[in-house]
Formats: sequence, structure tokens, C-alpha cells
Amino acid sequence: MKALIPLVLAVALPWSTLDIPFLFDGPLNSPGTLQLLGVCLVFGGLALGYDLLFGHAGLLSFGHALFIALGAYGVGILVNHFYWPLWTAVLLAVAGAAIAAFLLGAVALRVTGIALAMVTLAFAQVGWIVVNRDPGGLTGGEEGLPLGPAAVPGFLVGVANTVNLYWLALAFLVVVVAIVHGIRRAPLGRVLTGLRDDERRIAVLGLSPYRIKLATFVLAGALAALGGVVYVLLTGGATPYLASTDLTLSLIVMAVLGGAGTRWGALLGGIVYAYLDQRLTHVGGSLPGPLGQPLFVLGTLFVLAVAFVPGGLAGLRRRTLSATAS
Amino acid sequence: MILSVHDLSVTLGGSHILQGVSFDVPPTGITALLGRNGVGKTTTLRAVLGEIPATGSVDFGGVPALGRPTHRLVRDGLGYVPEDRCVFAGLTVAENLRLAVRSQDPDFRTVFGLFPELKQRSDQSAGTLSGGQQQMLALARVLLNPQRLLLIDEPTKGLAPAVISAVAAALERMAERVPMLLVEQNLAVVRRLARDAVVLAAGRVAWHGPTEELLGDPARTRDLLGVGSTVRRP
Amino acid sequence: MSTVVLLTLTGLGLAALYFLIASGLSLVFGLAGVLNFAHGLFLSVGAYAGWFVATHWALGPAIPVGVAAGAATGALVELVVIRPLYRRPTEQVLATVGLSLAGVALLQSIWGADPRSYPRPAWTAHTTGVLGAQVPDDRFLLIGAAVLVLAALLAFLRWTRYGLIIRAGVENRAMVSALGIDVRAAFTLVFTLGGALAGAAGVLGGMYFGSVSPGQGAGLLIFAFIVVVIGGLGSVTGCAVAAVAVGLLQQFVNYYGTSGAGDVSVVALLAVVLLLRPGGVAGKVTA
Ligand SMILES: Nc1ncnc2c1ncn2[C@@H]1O[C@H](COP(=O)(O)OP(=O)(O)OP(=O)(O)O)[C@@H](O)[C@H]1O
Ligand SMILES: [Mg+2]
Repeated sequence: MKALIPLVLAVALPWSTLDIPFLFDGPLNSPGTLQLLGVCLVFGGLALGYDLLFGHAGLLSFGHALFIALGAYGVGILVNHFYWPLWTAVLLAVAGAAIAAFLLGAVALRVTGIALAMVTLAFAQVGWIVVNRDPGGLTGGEEGLPLGPAAVPGFLVGVANTVNLYWLALAFLVVVVAIVHGIRRAPLGRVLTGLRDDERRIAVLGLSPYRIKLATFVLAGALAALGGVVYVLLTGGATPYLASTDLTLSLIVMAVLGGAGTRWGALLGGIVYAYLDQRLTHVGGSLPGPLGQPLFVLGTLFVLAVAFVPGGLAGLRRRTLSATAS
Repeated sequence: MILSVHDLSVTLGGSHILQGVSFDVPPTGITALLGRNGVGKTTTLRAVLGEIPATGSVDFGGVPALGRPTHRLVRDGLGYVPEDRCVFAGLTVAENLRLAVRSQDPDFRTVFGLFPELKQRSDQSAGTLSGGQQQMLALARVLLNPQRLLLIDEPTKGLAPAVISAVAAALERMAERVPMLLVEQNLAVVRRLARDAVVLAAGRVAWHGPTEELLGDPARTRDLLGVGSTVRRP
Repeated sequence: MSTVVLLTLTGLGLAALYFLIASGLSLVFGLAGVLNFAHGLFLSVGAYAGWFVATHWALGPAIPVGVAAGAATGALVELVVIRPLYRRPTEQVLATVGLSLAGVALLQSIWGADPRSYPRPAWTAHTTGVLGAQVPDDRFLLIGAAVLVLAALLAFLRWTRYGLIIRAGVENRAMVSALGIDVRAAFTLVFTLGGALAGAAGVLGGMYFGSVSPGQGAGLLIFAFIVVVIGGLGSVTGCAVAAVAVGLLQQFVNYYGTSGAGDVSVVALLAVVLLLRPGGVAGKVTA
């Protein structure tokens, strides 16, 4: 169980006062660094959850942000406007996102390939529009929806408790890893890979490709919503960015940069991407011209990776390993 | 030899379809490429044409062909008439022909001599042609330009008997001018047209030689092609 | 009555903009099989080029410069990014995604994230009385441009050799190659053409909305995608019809319903079309 070592390190990290000058602004256990790392972990989980669709089942969905936003805004609205207790709100938001994924997936999965990409893109656009129009003052429009601190349990509020939020993010990541890797190992994983490679082969086995895809779509939607919830707790509120196509595009970039369809690729891609995005935004002002724009750097890196590094980071590692072995 | 295929291998969708196919096509007459359904005849033609990735070597008119783009091979005189004819349904007959023209003086005389019907139907959209007419249009497209070899995939597929003999007659006249590699399931047509035959089985060439030798031996025919000895002359 | 006329002409103006974006997108997809996320970038580049010329020099050359900038970007993207990824369709889509992210960020680093006000010809600020409605003249600028482009595109597809190659290639690319035609030259052509039309849409859209921002293209792109799917991939006339349907629906529902309902109803229209003819969506139609 090689994976246990990084996990133990990640759990124990908040006890370290190690100061890594260039990579982080403060020691590892400072609230700023923990917050940054927590966001990285959430994106690792979100990217891996997205890769369940994209890399494993071969479904190029451009609507994943919709489910993240459903989780994030669902919790925010239930807690802020309807004064629900946090954990009940989380349950309902995630269940609601799963139902939405079921309904939308039922329509969208009638088509495949590029048409699927376009349809999911269009559905997610509805989420983006609704969030920005601020219907009934529910979503806060462009300002976003800060989570009222009164509704959140004390141990998750305040700078001193950032460490608990960090562990929450880590827990989310572990849940996603457990589920996605569980599926990979189960017969379902092979069925998904079969679907990705050649749908007819699965149909021949007497399984319904449509139902399997729909089930995967719903599961991925629920995981996305859960990630949205954790993100909101970690950053203090929902913002329209969570409903934007840009977020979905970023998830695709993470999965592909890391290595879509591999065990750890998307997860690593998500963590690295989120780290670079935050750090480049932070140091961006000091860099000349377009280099100060994180998306310019990441977008360019991505195009280069797509063209020259098939298989992403995971593929690179595999090739380096085999090159050094021979 | 106008075409030499050596050790041609193709993998599609994870299955190793051609596993080292080797054969030659002489510079005159018709060579038949035979084999059971799904054995890889179409795949062989497409690999030669560079439409799908393949390994091994293909030599066309003394020049290595593998790895060259399809349109260059075609410009060098390799004509292709695909299995499903692939006429452009949304274009008229005239437009289909115009699209195919490459040379300064396209040979419309030969084309309309062989298929006068195409001239009458020039403004009809190709999608509304009958199967036989579409096949003639597909053959006409390759006859407009000077060619050194034609790859023709199942030209009689799905046609009525009378139309089959019309197509066979057209092929016979075409073969006086240009050599052909012909994939054909109708053994009567094969017997009438092809001097030599290459038979594929299990990803390899299982037999080659004079057509008469193959079709004259019912046991061998049944064994290689899985059909009875009902080979009648058309 | 006058409200209906005004809404109709405004909806048609929007439809014209969608058509300019979607027709190029549709040809690129129909022929080259590339779902081009960088198309919105072509639009933004054209819009900023036109804006630069209009604010630093004169308004007249803004449109040709915007068109040229869009066309150049389209050609460059095809040659440098798309062509090396030939036969890897997923990678092509992903590369255009990366380009759209990087390109928008690049524009942002040059001209900032905030919208810049866009100069427009003085006459577009006037109104014309149509059946009792006072219609702003900028609508006619958009509609006129789109009708012109539609006619020119159809003539190009119908009467020229490259038009023939594009129509054939939308049906069956491989067969076009098998007739000895370098279909990739046609890819470059449709990317250039699509870039030019997007560039025109960028300048006209800038004048219509009165401002330009780096993300403008991406925002319009999503509706253009919807138009392409409804109109049938690769079909220019289908695109025109779908653009009109989407533009009118959006305008009328936004006026008579709550704000934003128009945008949502367009997505609903897409869902209905998908449910009624799922095959028709992926199926290709020509011209
Ligand atoms: N793109 C592909 N992916 C996976 N398998 C393929 C693909 N194309 C062809 N095949 C398989 O390759 C084998 C050979 O196909 P091919 O079309 O060459 O056969 P054929 O000999 O022409 O058959 P027929 O006589 O029916 O035309 C078949 O089993 C087919 O299913
Ligand atoms: Mg065949």
C-alpha cells in the first residue's frame, strides 16, 4: 500500500513548522499555507471525479461545473436563506445534484462524442446564467454567496481552525480516491474501459451502455457537488466561478495534464494545477506581460502537453521509468 | 509488378487484423483479392492507400507507398473505388465527376461511352441514383484521370443480376487499359474477369495462383472461401 | 405591434451575430471534425484589432482589419496547432480549449479585463421608423452584414471548386482524399474563413454592444454552439435558420418573461431538438 505513505504525510502535515521559502509564503502549518493546500486537495478530488467520466468512461462532458455549483450554492442557499443545519443542507444539496445529474444525463447521454460535449456545455450554461442573474436574491449574483458563519459549526470557523478545513478537504479527496479506485478495480471498471474503447463490445455482452453511462454520470455529479460543498467551507462562500465553463475547462486541463484515465494522474494534475493557479496569481504582478496571467501560462502549458506529452504527467513518469530501466 | 505488398500488418481497435500479408499485382489484367467476410480485404486496400496506419512495406510503381499521404498516391495514379461506393450524395452527378477531375483533359469520352446514363442524369443528385448507377458513377470517377492501378472493392455488392453483368462488362473493358486489384464475392464474376487470385485467411495470404486453379477445384474453393461448388458462368 | 416589430428586428440582429459565429464553427466542425473552442478567441482578436484601428486611426478600416485579424488567427491556429494533431480528434478539441484559455488571458494582459467602450459609426445611433416602431439602425447593420455573408457563402459553396471540396468533405473526408485532393488545404481554408467571419462578428458585435472585453467571444460562443447543433453540423442554411430561431426566441422570452428566461429557453429548445431527433444532431448535412 504505497499510497498510505503520502496519506500519512498529508494527515500529519499541519504539525510541521517547516518553512519552504520559494514554494510557500509561510511555514506549512500557517493558516495561509494550509488554506492553499486545502484548495489543492479539493481540486485533486474534483479532477479525479471528473476523470471518472472523461478518462475512464470516455465521456467528454463540458458541464461538470454545473454539479459543483449545485453543491456549493445548494448548501449556501439552504443555510443562509432557509436556516437549515449545515449537515442536513449538505445531504440535500448532494442528493439534489445527483437527481439533476440523473435528469440531465438522461437527455444528454442520448448522444455521444462531440454532440455530448455541446449538449452538456449548453446545460451548464443555464447554471451559469441562473447564478449570475441572482433570482430572488438567492445566489448573490456576481458578488457570490458568502456562507453565514452562524450556521457553520464552530470548529470549521476562523483562522485558527483552518487546519480542520484542511483535514476536511483531505477527507473529501480520500473519499473520491476510494470510490474511483474501487470502481477501477471492480468489474464495473472494466466495463467502463470497454465503453470508452468500443461501445459495441459492451452492448454485445448484453449490458446497456446507456444505463452504465448514466449511473457513472450521476455518481460523478454527486462527487462534484460534494467537492463544491467542501470548497465553499474552505473559502467561505460560493462564487459564480464555480458555475462557469472555465472551471470545467480547468478540470479537463487538470485531468489531461496529469494523465487522463490513469490511477493518480488526474489527482496529481488537479493538485499541481490548483497550486500553480494560486501561486501564479499571487506572484503574477511581478512577472512581465502575459506571464503574469496564470491562465496564459497554464493554457500554453496545456496545449504543449497535449501536443507533445501524450498521457500527461503519468505518461511522462512511466516513460522516464522505462527509459531509466533500459 | 505494379504493386508489391510485403509483410503488411494492421491493428484496428485492438485486434490484429492483418498479420503479415504479402502479394504482388502484375501490371496488366485483373487480380482478384478474395476471402471470407471480415477477413480483411477492405482493410488491405485501405492500408495500401494509406487511409489506416500499417507496418510492413508497400511498393507502388517502384516507389515505397507506406507513410505517404493518400492524396499523393492517388495523384500518382492509384485509383480507388470503395466498397460502399461513397459517391457524394448531396452533390449532383456532374459535381461528383467535376470533383474527381485532376488532369488537364479529363477523359469524358471513355466515361460516357461506358456509362451513357451518367450523361443524361448529370443534374440529378447522386444520393437519388440507384445502386447500380451509383456504382457506375464511382467507377467513372476513377476513369476520368490517367491511372496506373485501380483498387476496386466489391463493385457488384447488392446489385441485381442484370446490373451485375453490366458492371462486369464495364470492368472487363476498363481492364484493357489499366490493371486492377479487385475484391469480389461473386465468384462467377471473378472467374470471368480475374486471371490471378490472392486469398486471405486468418490475417495472411492463404493461397495465390491462377484463378482457374482455385475455382476449378470445388474442395479448395469451399475450404478457402467457405462456399459451395455452385460456380456458374454469368 | 410596435413592440413586436422592435423585438423581431432586435432578435434578428442577435441572430445575425450568432450566424456569423456559428456558420464558420459549423463548417470547421463539418469538414475538419474539430469542435473549435478557440473560435471565440478569433472573435475577440478581431474585435480588439478593429477596436485598436477605430480608436487610433479611423472607423472605416475597422471591419476589414478585424476580419483580417480573425482570418490570420484562424489560419495560424490551424497550421500550428490543429494540423500536427491530425487524426487525434480529442487532442484537437483539447488543444483548442487550451488556446481559448491562454488566448483570452493574453488579451487580458494587453488590454485589461474590463470592457473597453467601442466606437461605432454615428448613423447607427439613429433610429428608423418601421411599421410604427423606432428601430435603432445598428440592427440593420448586423442583419445586412449577415444576409450578405449568407449569400456569399452559399455562392462560394455552390460555384467554386473549393466550395465543392468543402461540401464533399463534410460528407466524407476520406473519400475526398481518395480522389487525390489534399483535403487539409481545405481545412486551412475553413479555419481562415471561420476566423474571418468571427472577426467580422467581433467588430460588429463590439459596435452593437458598445463595448469589448476579452471574454466576449467565449460568452457568445456557447450560443453559437447551440445554433450549430440545432442547425445540423456542417450546414450553412441550417445554421441561418437555427440562428434566427434562437435569436428570436431569446429576445421574445427575455422581454415577456423574467430576465434570463430567454437564455434558458434556448437551452430548452436544444433539449427538445435532441429528444426529437438525436440522430439528426450528429448527422451531417451539406450547404
Ligand atoms: N475501425 C475498426 N475497428 C475495429 N475493427 C475493425 C475496424 N475496421 C474493420 N475492423 C474489423 O476488421 C476485420 C476486417 O474488416 P474488413 O472490412 O477488411 O473485411 P472484409 O474482408 O472487407 O469483409 P467483407 O467481405 O465483409 O467486406 C473485420 O473483422 C472488422 O470487424
Ligand atoms: Mg470489405
